[in-house]
Amino acid sequence: MKVVLQNLTKIFPSRDKKAGKEVVAVNDFTFEIPDGKLIGLLGPSGCGKSTTLYMISGLQKPTSGKIFFGDDDVTELSTENRGIGLVFQNYALYPHMTVKQNILFPLQNLKGADKLTKDQMLERAYEVAKLVQIDELMERKPSELSGGQQQRVAIARALVKMPRVLLLDEPLSNLDARLRLQTREEIRRIQKETNITTVFVTHDQEEAMSISDMIVVMKLGVVQQIGKPQEVYDDPTNLFVAKFLGTPPINVLSGRVENGRVYIGKDAIMDVKGVENQEVIIGIRPEGFELNENGALRCEMNNVEVMGRDVSIVSTNPASISPCIRSIINADNKVDLANKTVRYNVKPHKVFLFNKETEERIRYEVK
Amino acid sequence: MSEKNTMQERNMTQVSARQKIVHGASRTLTYAFLIAMAVIVLFPFYWMLISSVKSLDEYRLNVPTFWPRQLLLSNYVDAFNTASLGRLFYNTMLVGVVSTILSLIITVLSAFAFARLEFKGRDTMFGLLLATMMIPGELFTITNYSTVTQLGWMNTYTVLIVPFLVSVFYIFLLRQNFMQIPNELYLAAKVDGTSDWKYLWKIMVPLALPTLISITILKMMGAWNSYIWPRLVANDEAHRMITNGLRNAFTDTTGDVNYPVQMAAVALVSAPLFLVFVFLRKYIMAGVSRSGIKG
Repeated sequence: MKVVLQNLTKIFPSRDKKAGKEVVAVNDFTFEIPDGKLIGLLGPSGCGKSTTLYMISGLQKPTSGKIFFGDDDVTELSTENRGIGLVFQNYALYPHMTVKQNILFPLQNLKGADKLTKDQMLERAYEVAKLVQIDELMERKPSELSGGQQQRVAIARALVKMPRVLLLDEPLSNLDARLRLQTREEIRRIQKETNITTVFVTHDQEEAMSISDMIVVMKLGVVQQIGKPQEVYDDPTNLFVAKFLGTPPINVLSGRVENGRVYIGKDAIMDVKGVENQEVIIGIRPEGFELNENGALRCEMNNVEVMGRDVSIVSTNPASISPCIRSIINADNKVDLANKTVRYNVKPHKVFLFNKETEERIRYEVK
Repeated sequence: MSEKNTMQERNMTQVSARQKIVHGASRTLTYAFLIAMAVIVLFPFYWMLISSVKSLDEYRLNVPTFWPRQLLLSNYVDAFNTASLGRLFYNTMLVGVVSTILSLIITVLSAFAFARLEFKGRDTMFGLLLATMMIPGELFTITNYSTVTQLGWMNTYTVLIVPFLVSVFYIFLLRQNFMQIPNELYLAAKVDGTSDWKYLWKIMVPLALPTLISITILKMMGAWNSYIWPRLVANDEAHRMITNGLRNAFTDTTGDVNYPVQMAAVALVSAPLFLVFVFLRKYIMAGVSRSGIKG
């Protein structure tokens, strides 16, 4: 089932009627989520991603705009009747019910033609419990489960009625690092097996990039960029997106373009075509540096962090806007710590130029 | 170096010895105090029990006997017959059960409205309701009395049940409990396809069960113990409640009171309460500590 968002806007009225301004949580969001895909809504807190999710679920009504499931307009439909599954950040399991009762609950509420017999319900419940691997825990109460197990129960409860759309609101944020990795793989597996269109909200870019078919990056209610994770990473439309994606984050420096050359301080790091002379913001991915004795970019060496396969060189440059410049170099490269200065060449496809005022991307051709 | 080690060791044994003494002493004191208090509290009950099996003559001795000379169990039979205890029990149970059930329904519905529904003036209304808790109960008695006489409800079950169905305090108690239930559960229930009605009975009521049990017990005890109101408005044979019945039934024509028989009746009446207390102690204590009402 594809989900279409059409000019979706949500405005929260201000609390204080006299002074306060209204808050535009989501601004004119238009997007078609293809059938059976997993979409990651990504952004810092307060960017409107959860609001978008709640509007798709019907728990919040859009101020304007429309939502379609397939060809059906569901904008005015109440949550109970939308046929969605939603996994909450804190799971929201019913504490007085056993795991089995929790999973059965959505089925017991089905009405009319959808109504199942008791045996059918149990069969479905066990089927979905097996899918998320909690069929051994059916008689326990939520308080007797670990965080990861509770989370699976929440997913099972959301899946059991075979929802038209599955929505996940920061489902991994309450899990520890190891469990988070494991669970996100599992969410991916379950989504592939069931082939239910899924929307997934997170502020963790790594999480979103690793499992999503497409990601939507949002900021202050406005969609910044939509695309496949790798494409967005390799080709960000503005400085915000470039900074938001990638760990370690992109290095940001101030520089200028002069006669087809990009300068950081006095160092001309590369030649570009089709860019007018101007002050620019330069973003360089950590993997975009190459150690070179005669490299164009000179930085002051700070320290080296060994990470096994790679080493990470932390250095500083007067032009740097971020506090330090972090490069990731293959560990085969010998780094001489005695040197005060480290010199790099840059890989042009890992360097992005941004307009100094608008922070929009300035595209260029490499000479 | 070695000196310091011995010092440390000595200190540790000393400290632990002293700790043991302090612990032991405070424990002894605590239990001594508790036992003394228990004796003070239980003594009237003991007195009730021994008095209930004495003969009237033994009861009237100038120096009361601590151990009864004879066990006159027939007092219990007398008590049951003279006071028509069966009728009193029946009346009290009927009023207690019906008023508790109705009161629970009203409390649950209004607490849900005040906790969960959104309507204009909700908080103002709730504030006004709370304000009525500041009016002393005796004032209600007067206005209620004139109301029920005008309605012609005197000497009916209605007059015993209806005036006390709505308890602002219980509504407040349950509303606070409902408000602690996280909003996500409500949203989750919506996603799972429930109506407000079903959410109330399937999720909120089970979660607030301890509070509801406390309310039930408090309400039942209230019905069992009520004295002034039943005495005022329903003191005929058919509707008399247990406390009033006990007060009056054992006075004979000369104005004498047969105390041992009355004590036997009191023991019979206390028995159910005693059993309830033994089995539901936990909930009663929770309810009482929440309400600040003495048990």
